[in-house]
Amino acid sequence: MKVVVDYDLCESNAVCMAVVPEVFEVRDDDFLYVLQEEPPEELREKVEEAVRRCPKQAITLEG
Amino acid sequence: MTTLLVAGASLAGLTAAEALRRNGYDDQLVVVDPSPELPPDRPPLSKQVLAGAWEPEKAALTVAQRLPELGVDLRLGTAAAALDASTRTVTLSDGSTMQPDGIVLAVGASPRRLPGEQPAGVHVLRTMEDCLALRAELDAAPQRVVVIGAGFIGAEVAATCRGRGLEVTLIEAAPVAMGRVLPGSIGAFVAELHLDEGVDVRLGVGVAGLEEDADGRVRAVRLADGAEVEADVVVVGIGVSPNVGWLEGSGLQLEDGIRCDATCLAAAGIVAAGDVASWPNSRFGEVMRVEQWENAVEQGEHAAQRLLRELDGSGRGPDFAPIPWFWSDQFDRKIQMAGRPAASDEVVVVEGTIAERRFVALFRRDDRCTGVLGVNRPRHVMQARMKMADSLDWQHVSSAFT
Repeated sequence: MKVVVDYDLCESNAVCMAVVPEVFEVRDDDFLYVLQEEPPEELREKVEEAVRRCPKQAITLEG
Repeated sequence: MTTLLVAGASLAGLTAAEALRRNGYDDQLVVVDPSPELPPDRPPLSKQVLAGAWEPEKAALTVAQRLPELGVDLRLGTAAAALDASTRTVTLSDGSTMQPDGIVLAVGASPRRLPGEQPAGVHVLRTMEDCLALRAELDAAPQRVVVIGAGFIGAEVAATCRGRGLEVTLIEAAPVAMGRVLPGSIGAFVAELHLDEGVDVRLGVGVAGLEEDADGRVRAVRLADGAEVEADVVVVGIGVSPNVGWLEGSGLQLEDGIRCDATCLAAAGIVAAGDVASWPNSRFGEVMRVEQWENAVEQGEHAAQRLLRELDGSGRGPDFAPIPWFWSDQFDRKIQMAGRPAASDEVVVVEGTIAERRFVALFRRDDRCTGVLGVNRPRHVMQARMKMADSLDWQHVSSAFT
């Protein structure tokens, strides 16, 4: 499982951070940082939820 | 065989359909929508698509792109036209009837219009068709765009038109912009932002009517105070009404949309989600109907799970008790709010200042935090919202900012 963020779409709304803070963090510079590009399998459900919740539809999951 | 019907193929409906599948429902699933094409993701319609930065295809819903994997009987151009809730009998616009085992009502809302005939050049913005029609007029470089209503749509359209270099007048009957979602007077910064960007903002004045020229095209907007504002293009953004006309006599309770219980259940085997659904949010002790993007996703998912519980008899399950959240992008500012603050709540600015339009404010009612508002502070808004998800206790939420 690989997390891919389209930074042309991402507007740092930080919804993903609320869903799975282990993977996504919006910092004080207002940019999104992906903390784990290949998160462990046990986070899959949460990451998929973050994909669905992203209001910019900027996150995709490969694999 | 079991059959489920989802009425509405926009964000809430498609999200519900996907959630039904994800939660193990693998029998027949019918999705109907009156639109001849799949509805788009709506937020870009007032921003990127209207600005000309995106072509329509880019504003497709990602859940729509996953549809082929869902095994859905998708019937576009077909509306649910009548319902008998007691028997779950649905009449479709093609004249056929069906009696599904469960129904998700996600039929959305329609923009309100000014009374009377609308002259040419007067627009609303809800669908991709609306957006492209308005965009074509903006491409012709009109002298002045007048936007009626400074809610979400109006304020964003005004910002986008100004960003295109057009002269814009923004008219709002209420004394503040975005007053339906931003409580009290805190939304004053929105009008100031627009003024600083060169928008002619008129607050606290209603619209008396539209003036048209000999060709039947709008030429001016007449205000309640007698003034006239010249207009080549008018955009009417005065809110939406839930699409419940077809449900008169259905047996469902219609009160500010489809009134549901705390779990999104409207009647036996019938759930509702999205712009059309009102329900008591037990977290805030308040009946609400939320016309926001994220609510369509959350409520679509919740309603789907609730419907599956109806089918398997596993009980009512949890309440739908979200912390509503929205964002609005205007010029270079991102406005975000979570919660359900009221005008009478105390406003506590915990980061930045309202004057610099980069701040975080918490709303306090007794010992509870009822909401958080941020401008260009997405991290902080979401941190407060995460705290609120644990508990609305004031000390608990405000401790994130000390």
